Amino acid sequence: MGRYVIRRLLQFIPTVLGTMFLLHYMTALAIQFSGNPVRALFGDRTPPPALLQAITERLGYGDPCLDQRGNPCFGLFADRLQNIFFHFDFGINLRQREVTDLVADAIPFTLKLLVIAILFEAVVGIAAGVLAGLRGGSFADYLVKISTVFVISVPIFVLGVVVREFVGVKFGNVLRGQDWIPDVISSGMFSPVFKPDYPMASLIIPGMVLGATSLAVTARLTRTSIMENIRADYVRTARAKGLTNKRVIGVHTLRNSLIPVITFLGVDIGAAMAGAVVTETIFNVPGIGRLVTMSARTGESSVVVGVVTMLVLVVLVANLLVDLLYAVLDPRIRYE
Amino acid sequence: MSDLTSAGTAVGGAPVGGDGPSTEATTGGEGRSASLWADARRQLLRDPIFVIAFIYVLVVGSMAAFPKLWTSQDPRSCNTDRSRISPSGEHPFGFDILGCDYYAHAIYGARPSMVIAVMATSGIVLFGGTLGLLAGYYGGWVDTIISRVMDIFFSLPFLLGAIVFLTVIKRQNIWTITGVLFLLAWPTIARIIRGSVISSKDLDYVQAAKAVGARNSRLMFRHILPNAIAPMLVYATIVLGSFVAAEATLTFLGVGLQPPAQSWGIMISTHQVYFLEDPWLLLFPCGLLVGTVLSFILMGDALRDALDPKFR
Repeated sequence: MGRYVIRRLLQFIPTVLGTMFLLHYMTALAIQFSGNPVRALFGDRTPPPALLQAITERLGYGDPCLDQRGNPCFGLFADRLQNIFFHFDFGINLRQREVTDLVADAIPFTLKLLVIAILFEAVVGIAAGVLAGLRGGSFADYLVKISTVFVISVPIFVLGVVVREFVGVKFGNVLRGQDWIPDVISSGMFSPVFKPDYPMASLIIPGMVLGATSLAVTARLTRTSIMENIRADYVRTARAKGLTNKRVIGVHTLRNSLIPVITFLGVDIGAAMAGAVVTETIFNVPGIGRLVTMSARTGESSVVVGVVTMLVLVVLVANLLVDLLYAVLDPRIRYE
Repeated sequence: MSDLTSAGTAVGGAPVGGDGPSTEATTGGEGRSASLWADARRQLLRDPIFVIAFIYVLVVGSMAAFPKLWTSQDPRSCNTDRSRISPSGEHPFGFDILGCDYYAHAIYGARPSMVIAVMATSGIVLFGGTLGLLAGYYGGWVDTIISRVMDIFFSLPFLLGAIVFLTVIKRQNIWTITGVLFLLAWPTIARIIRGSVISSKDLDYVQAAKAVGARNSRLMFRHILPNAIAPMLVYATIVLGSFVAAEATLTFLGVGLQPPAQSWGIMISTHQVYFLEDPWLLLFPCGLLVGTVLSFILMGDALRDALDPKFR
């Protein structure tokens, strides 16, 4: 166990460096092949050379290696790593604001959204999976199977737009027309966009949309895992001993079946951060995801690169923790 | 896949042939015991879900390849007088905000999604498949290097990586989108192939072929690959669907194809604000998109069941 942790930590370092280099090289190649990204800010107008020069320098695109196609720009990469790990500097936007500041403003909303999404997918997903897995071939089983395939195949932005219009606008308008319904529900929870007045209530529906795809995966995973374990010898033994059904399912089956599910939920935190880009754009939540989309649309590539680098680091740390947790949770796995 | 050499059929043929006389009768003219693939084909053709999904994909594919078959209208002949006119017999999907025929736009919009999905999928199958085969077959330091590189690509979340690249490059056309999908998705295929190569490279028939003196390349392509390819085929089918969805998602976020081009993603993102007055503007492209993704996923599921002997 101890050796495994050390080895996993040692593997973590090259992976982080490699991923950051991949991100760096993709950006460098894009600049080398399509020219200075600062020009995009001016649209059709030709900027004065001095202004262009100044902005280019300030955003860190002035390095001559960015003019040589295919050059991996190791010097630039080393500078970037130094800035990130020693000065905690992820770059600046056009108005001289640090990307770390922008992210600090946006992160509370994204965190709330993530908590709602993960809670929703864990509670509903596991419940649906257990229901389907315990009675394979029943109506509940088919219902879960069919609905999960359907949810997985609807792209999240289609789901988001349709939910916003149907639930937020149409159904919300009906609710807002009734006097007896409190404002928190009618114009908070069922609002088509994020409302600063109801910071928690108006994030519930976006959170559910964000968690929907992973909810389907969680349900399927729980279902398969329960179906496998319920036929295991130790469950039969537990039944033969005469334990109550509740104990056999709650303790013997469920605990073992949830190991892969918990791993998935951990890994999914990273995926949900990427998914938040779409959900926050649709529901206009002022979180990290919308920051990325808005900067991408206006061509502020320095912000996009900085924020994504930060998110990637978070995802990597989350994956590391999940791996270590897995080793603790499942004693059957012996790492050499 | 029936061209397994004598070493392969000598070991693998016996249990497959044990299906009993009924299957012999149905295969009829072939006159030999059914292979895994013949069995799978028979099972798939009997599966109504697979057949429906397959027909749907064929329809969408023909829209992409020959849009003239489906519509004689030009999606670019627009007239703002006709903006947002509801569907009618002559124009089944009505007109969009600029007064262009919406049905023609939907038909022509199939092409970019399908072209991107097919090109990116063939790319990852060829490249990822080769690397996975090499890593699984040779093991040792080849495997270590390839696996570490795969880890690195894995840790970059798909959507985030795509947004970064497409924002910086600013040339958002079919080629760059295909490129970024390919770049970020090949390790999954490589990992799948690597796993199934490792599990089948020590089987008896491979050892037998090795003992007879087959070269490495022959072992890989004649003996190991045909038996390791099934999981890749399943994944490639599903990934076609997710690439169609990914193209639309990137377009919706504003980093994919840009408006003069025609695609379902553009149809959805341009008309989302008119949902309340004219919901059909949103429902037609959404329906086509979801149907395509769903069909690919269902086909993949059916393929998995048909190719896995455990489910017989």
